[in-house]
Amino acid sequence: MEDQNNGFLADENDQPKENPRRNFLKQTSLLTAVALTPGVAVKAAENHFDEKVAAAFEKLPLNLTVNGTAHKLSIEPRVTLLDLLREQLDLTGTKKGCDYGQCGACTVHVDGHRVNSCLTLAMMVDGKKVTTIEGLAKGDQLHPMQEAFIKHDGFQCGYCTPGQIMSAVACVREGHANSEGEIREYMSGNICRCGAYPNIVNAIQEVKNGGQQV
Amino acid sequence: MKQFQYIRPATQQSVLEAIAKPGTKIIAGGSNLVDLMKHGVMSPDKLVDINKLPLRSITPSKSGLHIGALALNSQVAEDKQVKEKFPLLSMALNAGASAQLRNMATVGGNMMQRTRCPYFYDTTMPCNKRNPNSGCGALEGFNRMHAIFGASDKCIAVYPSDMSVALAALDATVLIAGRKGQRRLPFTDFHRLPGNTPELDNNLAKDELILAVEIPDNNFAKHSYYLKVRDRASYAFALVSVAAALDIDNGTIRGARLAMGGVAHKPWRLTEAEKSLVGKPATLASFEQAAQIAMQGAKAYKDNAFKLQLGPATITEALQHAAGLV
Repeated sequence: MEDQNNGFLADENDQPKENPRRNFLKQTSLLTAVALTPGVAVKAAENHFDEKVAAAFEKLPLNLTVNGTAHKLSIEPRVTLLDLLREQLDLTGTKKGCDYGQCGACTVHVDGHRVNSCLTLAMMVDGKKVTTIEGLAKGDQLHPMQEAFIKHDGFQCGYCTPGQIMSAVACVREGHANSEGEIREYMSGNICRCGAYPNIVNAIQEVKNGGQQV
Repeated sequence: MKQFQYIRPATQQSVLEAIAKPGTKIIAGGSNLVDLMKHGVMSPDKLVDINKLPLRSITPSKSGLHIGALALNSQVAEDKQVKEKFPLLSMALNAGASAQLRNMATVGGNMMQRTRCPYFYDTTMPCNKRNPNSGCGALEGFNRMHAIFGASDKCIAVYPSDMSVALAALDATVLIAGRKGQRRLPFTDFHRLPGNTPELDNNLAKDELILAVEIPDNNFAKHSYYLKVRDRASYAFALVSVAAALDIDNGTIRGARLAMGGVAHKPWRLTEAEKSLVGKPATLASFEQAAQIAMQGAKAYKDNAFKLQLGPATITEALQHAAGLV
């Protein structure tokens, strides 16, 4: 144990009054910051701004509402909305497919508009309202689009389905579900590798023609 | 993704001060930048989020339309004034990306988007644009998607925007803010050819901010068309695209605007072909002749010779659609 921590304990001996664990964390987070961001951090460290450097790479405050619940969070700026939802808020209904904005599995609504949450930095939805697949149903009562996907067998493996449904709801709300061709065009950002497209189109058409509030 | 700092300035002045510092990068929609940061192609030390700036509105100007740099692609595509006055722009926007990405991407960000050349994206490959003087992987590599006009031996990448092809055809102007004031640049002069400095996509200085684009009024609304040819029916980058706009009086062409996408390092305006159309009847024969003129000087590489046929065919078909012949 002593051997493993030798370097840090040696430093500790020079500063006996400080809490060793706290000092260890300070040093390693500073080292990480310096290692990962040479330009800014090294210059700052040279000027003994170490505490400020550490602070600069720590977390920023973020307030957002997800499915009607307000959250006060503290996050690193590089966290995407997708990772925030899945890893920190345990809302794993939103799927990580490609993680590069090419498949649509991560589609959520921000202030009512569909976006790819994988390319959205969480900091950029500060103050906004996010709706995920978990926020569509009212208790045990499924959203009409969820019902229609089940009825029309709009999925096989189901991995793309949360994104497809979020996109489908937006497609109807936007007024872009007036024909099969229009639905296919405005749903093109959601890839289904099982190829359930005809059934997805049928589900959307049923909801659109049913005239229900979506 | 590498760690970075994030700031969200509330004024144009504080944005301009922030972006003048090295290592900083503007973020607006983030749909291309975040992708590039995840791939390690771009790794800014600090992101300057400009979404607090009041640059989102679309308003009539003295002789046309003023579109704020932060107007979303979906917002512009659906805007009543845009659809009425410049349907070509609306068509081009809707041909690009997906509904989700159009809800994120801004006008300024669309202009600033970077090439999708696979050698630019793959950090294990040489690329003069990503890493100056490292060589061009595409020149002797798989270059099916690449340029046929205006390329250099340093870079044969193409610029991917559809919106910009329409804005080039529509004689738009870019409004730019710097610390010393504002300037205006014709849209066709905004993007650059690669030459010996392919690392520069455009003529916007590091410490400048796009404020808006302005489109002058014209007589093309009735006869314009954006035709995009790609590997799948939707949600793919162009192999070749054409923005075509005609002013037709009693069957005779009074004016024409033509620009191509997917063929060069910038939106490729076809001024000689435009001139050839003026005074001609709006017929297939006139369009085929213009398409031949447009292709003069085209040069293919190993895998993209098909663009030498696809180019004129797309121009002819776009003009036929614009003229209402098909």
